[in-house]
Amino acid sequence: MTTKPILTVHDLSVVFPDSNGGLHVLENISFEVCPREFICFLGPSGSGKTTLLRVLAGLLAPTSGNVHFIRRQHPKIGMVFQQSNLMPWRTVMDNIKLPLELEGVSDAKARVKAQEMIELVGLDGFEDSWPRDLSGGMAQRVGIARALVHDPDLLLLDEPFGSLDAITRERMWTELSRIWQAKQKTVIMVTHSINESLFLADRVLVLTQRPGKVKFDLEVDIPRPRKDDIRYTPHFGKLARKLRETIE
Amino acid sequence: MKTSFSRWLGLISVLLGIIAWELIVRVTDLPRFILPSPVDVWVRFLKSLADGSLLLHTGYTLLEITLGLFFGVISATIIGYFLAKSRSLEKILSPYLVASQAVPIVAIAPLLILWFGSGITSKVLICSLIVFFPVLVNTVVGVRAVPPVLYDLMRSVRATRWQILFKLELPASLPVLLGGLRIGATLSVIGAIVGELVDAKNGLGFLLKVGDFQYDTAMVFVAVFMLITLALMLYGIVTLLEKRFLRWQQPAS
Ligand SMILES: Nc1ncnc2c1ncn2[C@@H]1O[C@H](COP(=O)(O)OP(=O)(O)OP(=O)(O)O)[C@@H](O)[C@H]1O
Ligand SMILES: [Mg+2]
Repeated sequence: MTTKPILTVHDLSVVFPDSNGGLHVLENISFEVCPREFICFLGPSGSGKTTLLRVLAGLLAPTSGNVHFIRRQHPKIGMVFQQSNLMPWRTVMDNIKLPLELEGVSDAKARVKAQEMIELVGLDGFEDSWPRDLSGGMAQRVGIARALVHDPDLLLLDEPFGSLDAITRERMWTELSRIWQAKQKTVIMVTHSINESLFLADRVLVLTQRPGKVKFDLEVDIPRPRKDDIRYTPHFGKLARKLRETIE
Repeated sequence: MKTSFSRWLGLISVLLGIIAWELIVRVTDLPRFILPSPVDVWVRFLKSLADGSLLLHTGYTLLEITLGLFFGVISATIIGYFLAKSRSLEKILSPYLVASQAVPIVAIAPLLILWFGSGITSKVLICSLIVFFPVLVNTVVGVRAVPPVLYDLMRSVRATRWQILFKLELPASLPVLLGGLRIGATLSVIGAIVGELVDAKNGLGFLLKVGDFQYDTAMVFVAVFMLITLALMLYGIVTLLEKRFLRWQQPAS
């Protein structure tokens, strides 16, 4: 892609203070993200993937280096967290419209928008359910709907399908692909799954063991829309093998 | 069938208690100023109701309790919030807080009355003080227990401080806050009575003392029952608040 990047990350490092010289979690991470690009980060547990997303979301200041958004200084962020974190005192509907509420959108408008999202993630009929009555997968989908509802510039997904069974998970890939294509969002997603990253992403960045560095940057040149069965094509297999080799 | 029966169990138990009380009075034949019968108490109740004294004194005590609760809860919640947020503030204030808890309210009530007079001010102050600590502790516990991931969520969508307060911290700690209010409500009744027993010209505590002084034991019973009623009423209000605001916690029926 030759479009101008929307986000550049330059020489980013994160060190958490500890008793012996600091815990180096991320080291000299640099990458660029183009508008509407779908990027996946793959990496072993503890390599700092969540930490990276927290820095991008502005929840954590990096120890050194910088994150630069081209269009505006504070982009609108939609984030799906690794653990589902719905507010237990809000219904599905009220959880989803929270970001709009905080922006001061009128209640009527917010409801219409949230209802759209509810349909998008297939939760019609559960508008008034409490989070305690949802399955793990449903809660995750509420989280995804909430991250999309305020039309963010950048979508950050931290293993959003981690708690789903294999079949639901693969259905969600198709769903997310569809949502991404319909909404034309820039997405940065963290995952453990090679298949997931190849199915969804334009580019896959592989992080090393802690301290996390970008070890490999793979362009996923599989044409879209990607159907379920692309996983059985030789090209997909070749890319998957490449990724597997770098991860080990 | 069974449920409709168990609903009446409480009432039946109260009725049995009153019958037992009446029987004891008849069997032991104690003088009335030692143990009046339920009928005596009922008659005394009607009489004090008719001459307006009961409502006046109950209203007075209720006013003290309500004001005391109000000021106690408000100040404890605000201070508790800042205490929960700042470890250094906690260190600075904790000696005073611990000390204030170690001093029994009965011991300082006379002092407060000496300073603030035997009117309503001293009673409201005593109520506030007795309510303060449990509400404060619950506020600190509640605010500290707000899940960090929800702070992350709020900050990721750029919520303001006020939004974090009203849309996250308040609802998240509400169960614990209402728990504090529940304890505080009962304690404030005690606070008001302690104050009134020390020195007062109005209120149920005053009525208690006068009844005791004049060997009008039936009057003492009436006052005690009014106090129980007040405490139960406050308790009921807190329960209603919990039903209304904590629906999300109750299991689906
Ligand atoms: N706030 C913090 N303070 C201290 N150490 C932290 C903090 N947050 C994360 N760490 C440490 O940083 C390392 C990386 O954590 P991180 O959550 O980013 O990993 P991850 O790649 O997301 O792992 P996983 O795949 O298991 O989710 C871990 O060793 C973790 O203990
Ligand atoms: Mg993680």
